Parts: sequence; C-alpha cells; structure tokens
Amino acid sequence: MIEARALTKDYGDKRAVDELTFTVRPGIVTGFLGPNGAGKSTTMRLILGLDSPTSGDVTVNGSHYRDFPAPLHEVGAILEARSVHGGRSAYNHLLALAQTHGIGRRRVRELIDLVGLEDVAGKRAGKFSLGMGQRLGIATALLGDPSTLLLDEPVNGLDPEGIQWIRNLLLALAAEGRTVFVSSHLMSEMAVTADHLIVIGRGRLIADASVDEVVRRASGRLVRVRSPQADQLRALVAGPEVTVTSLQRELLEIAGVTADAIGELAAEHGIVLHELTPLQASLEEAFMELTRDELEFHHAEPAPREVEEVAA
Amino acid sequence: MSGVAVPSVPRLGHAGRISQRRVALSEWTKLRSVRSTRWSLLAATALTIGFPILFSAILSARWGHLDPAERADHSAHPLEVSLAGVNVSQLAIAVLGVLVITAEYSTGMIRASLTAVPRRLPVLWAKTGVYAVVTFALMLPSVVIGYFASQAILDRHHIMQIPFSHPGVPRAVIGSAGYLVLVGIFALAIGAIVRNTAGGIAAFSAIFFVIPPLLNLLPSSWNDAISPYLPDSAGRSMFMLTHGSHSLAPWPGFALFVGYCALALALAAVLLRRRDA
Repeated sequence: MIEARALTKDYGDKRAVDELTFTVRPGIVTGFLGPNGAGKSTTMRLILGLDSPTSGDVTVNGSHYRDFPAPLHEVGAILEARSVHGGRSAYNHLLALAQTHGIGRRRVRELIDLVGLEDVAGKRAGKFSLGMGQRLGIATALLGDPSTLLLDEPVNGLDPEGIQWIRNLLLALAAEGRTVFVSSHLMSEMAVTADHLIVIGRGRLIADASVDEVVRRASGRLVRVRSPQADQLRALVAGPEVTVTSLQRELLEIAGVTADAIGELAAEHGIVLHELTPLQASLEEAFMELTRDELEFHHAEPAPREVEEVAA
Repeated sequence: MSGVAVPSVPRLGHAGRISQRRVALSEWTKLRSVRSTRWSLLAATALTIGFPILFSAILSARWGHLDPAERADHSAHPLEVSLAGVNVSQLAIAVLGVLVITAEYSTGMIRASLTAVPRRLPVLWAKTGVYAVVTFALMLPSVVIGYFASQAILDRHHIMQIPFSHPGVPRAVIGSAGYLVLVGIFALAIGAIVRNTAGGIAAFSAIFFVIPPLLNLLPSSWNDAISPYLPDSAGRSMFMLTHGSHSLAPWPGFALFVGYCALALALAAVLLRRRDA
C-alpha cells in the first residue's frame, strides 16, 4: 500500500509534482500513466526517499521509506535511469546490494536464474543491452522478496517476449497479494496489464480510477451521427469547443457535444437522424483525451508553470 | 494470453535488517569488484616501493660525482629518499578515494545504494572505513618494504644510512602509511561533497598541490604563519624526521590532519543527508 498526500516537489521554481494525492492498493497492478515529463519518475524517487518532498507526504505500508529497518524486504524498485556501475558484474552488483541486508549468495544466484542472466552474470554490466539491463533491474527489485514493487518504465527496451514476460510477472506478483505500481507513458501497455490507473499530467492528478472507468469517462465524447441532412446538422452544432469530422457524405463524427444534445438539436430543427452513437473510446484515446486538457491549458496561457523532465 | 511462462519468484525466508557491519561488507564487495580499484592500488603499491629503490640506486651510482655541499644536503635528510614513494602514490590513493564515491554518482549506482540503505550515512561510514583499512593494509607493508629496500641499497655504498632503531624512524615510516590513509579519507570526503569525479580530483589537487607552492609568493612571515597549518604540510609532519620552526611536530600535525578529515567527512555527511540523490 502506497499513500501519497498532497505530495509536492519543486526543483528551483519548477514544480515537478503538484499536490498529488493517491493510494496504491495491494493485490492489483496499478498503472502510473502520464506523458514524458509528467512527474512519474520524480514521484517514484519521492516514494523511495531519494528526493525529499517540498511539501506533502508519501508512505509505504504506513511508514516513510527511510524508516524501514529492512527496506529491500518492503519495496523493490526499478528506476527509469540506470542505477548500475557499468564496470561491475551483474553478480557482484546484486551481491553488494544483498549484503546490506544480510541476504546470501544463494538468493543472488536464484534471482539471476529467474531473470535468465545466468550466462552473463560474470560480465561487466556496462556491456549489457537495454533488455539485459532491465532484467538485472528486475532481479535487483526482487532481491528482498518485497511486498511492494515500484517499476519505472520496466518494459523499455525489451523485445516482445521480454515484454510478455514482464507482464505475466507483474500479474503473478499482484496475484500473490503484493502492491505493484508500474509507470509507463504508453497507454496500450497499461491496457493489458493494469487493473487500476493513476494518470498524471504536468505533475497533477488527472485520473485515479479503474481502467474500465477511465475508458468509460472518455467515451461518449465522440459521437457518430448518420443523417441525410449532415451538412445542415454540421452547421448547427458548430462552436469553438466542437470538432466535426465528415467520414462519408452522410456520416459525421462529432466531438465536444454529447449525443443527447445532438439529438435534441436535431429534433428542434426537424433533422432526420439515421444513427446517433456515442463511441467507445480506446484506452489510448481516453489517455489522449485526459491529457489533452492539460496540454491545451498550457498552450493557451503564456507559460504559467513550465515543467521539464527532470534529469535523473 | 501468452505462451511465456513465468517461473514463480522464490520466497525469501528470513528478513535481515541493515547493520553497519553488513553495509561495510557490501562496500568491500563494491570496492573489490571494479577495475579502477585494482589499477589504482597496484599503482600506489608499485610507486611506494619503486621510487625509494629507484632514487637510492641513482644516488648511489651518482654519489661520487656529487659535490660535498650536495652530499651534505642529502645526508641531512636521509629518510626522505627512503619514503620518496609516498609523495607520488598519494595521488593514486587520492584519485581512488574520490572515485569510490563519485563513480556511484556518475553511473547512477548511488540510487541503488541509497535505496538499499535509505538512512544513507551507514554508506558513507562504510566506504570510509573499508577504504581506510584497505589502504592501510597495503600501504604499511609498502612503505616498510620501500624503506628497507632503499636502505639496503644505500647501505652497500655506506651513504645516507638511517637504521630503523634510530629515534623517530619507526614513527615516520608507519606515519607515512598513516598519512596515505588520511589522504584517502580526505579525498573520499571531498568526492562526497563535490559528487563529480573531475571536480573532486581538481579540488583535491588544488588543496594539496596548488595552494601550498602558491603561498611562497606571499611575504615569508605570512607564508610561515599559514603553511604549517595546511592539510598537506600538517599531514606530512607525520613522516618528517626533523622539524623546523615552520612545521608542526608529528603528533600535533597528525591531530590537525585528522581534524581536517573529520571536518570534511562531517560536511559530506550533512550534505548526503540533506541533498536529493
């Protein structure tokens, strides 16, 4: 269980994380979603105590990460930026981290086997491909058999088989009752793995809901209309918030007006409708829809708060 | 959904806690498992032993060609040749001391280290302790071998002899190894403060190699008042046999150098706790 309360982090005068409040529950995979630079990595660093919050608070299982007597047993983490000395072998990297908790060599070898690095465990980690680096990251995260997993973009650089492997691993870990918190900037990735989503944009919380709910919420904002008087209807619904796409001569897709409003408008003006369908959005579209407001808001106003991706 | 089987994650029975001893073991693993350690320590050992032998051989061979004044000058400081390696190997010890901590920042390893030990300070203490023990374990035999080898060469030509039983010699020989250990600690603390390899080595070089000769440009009364208290000359008094009026006695010098190291480490500790990693 991870709990963030009004979590805020400024780097100089740039706000990377802005009053985030959310709870990540055990037993399910929670996706942490947002465009690049939204503040996902910063939030992860705040959870791990690598950075201190400017204000607000975040705890894991009720404690601050720093206060755990055996933190590797509580939380296993993969951070987005590499955190391995390239001159050290994978085996020695894992061993050094294991030794801080008195975890033995047998466990280190077990995890090397689990992630399939047994052939290269003695090689310098700097020579590893991105995928091998991610596998080493997974082994590091699982070293202490933690009840909470924090994974920042874990599928980056993996081949399709590796991606599939991680997905199954995450689902299995969640099924064992662990808390699994996975960040990604790809909605499609989350669609197949996550049960619950926390979506942020420019450091602020945009959505905290189940995957189904996020889709439902974004759905219906796009309405398909079939009418012999399409041109007439198009003129009627026109407005600054409305976009109309003409797919065929009598077929329109209208965004920015609800199906109810279109129906009433049509009735009022005696326009015949052959079809009026609120469209089910894909998760990808839902994500675009959710983050669009943030981006538009930003472009409309002259730079109220520019948040750049903070270099790790 | 997929044909990729996931082996279940093996459970870990007991839950060990972080302890200073465990973190020290971890830092020992880190230190011994990178190449820069081997090369730096090999260089430091070779230089500490090699330079006294080389210089003794050159002096022995050229002794007949030296004028009496120069001979007298060398004979007045017989131990300096036998401990000549310390002056060179201190650079290798310092560079590795800086690297021990800055390499963690340049590679990102520091995030893994501080995630494993989120209270952070045990990592700094362990790095310092392990590095100090390793340098002492290598440098003490090196200075002793360097001293005896150089004396064996000088002995054959009956020049610049100074036996181990001579007052102050055991203190100076062991003190030179102690000096190297403290140089390593000081450099490590600077590395922890600066968090950047080039910056750390530059800062160390400025304090040890640039500022001391620069003070010669000051009026000599100023230079004499300031110089003995610089880290470099305070530390060097540990392995000087004779002390002029402008240098500290061995133990006060040692105490002052230890004080500098403690100050640098304290600053490093405060910054490590406060700063974002």
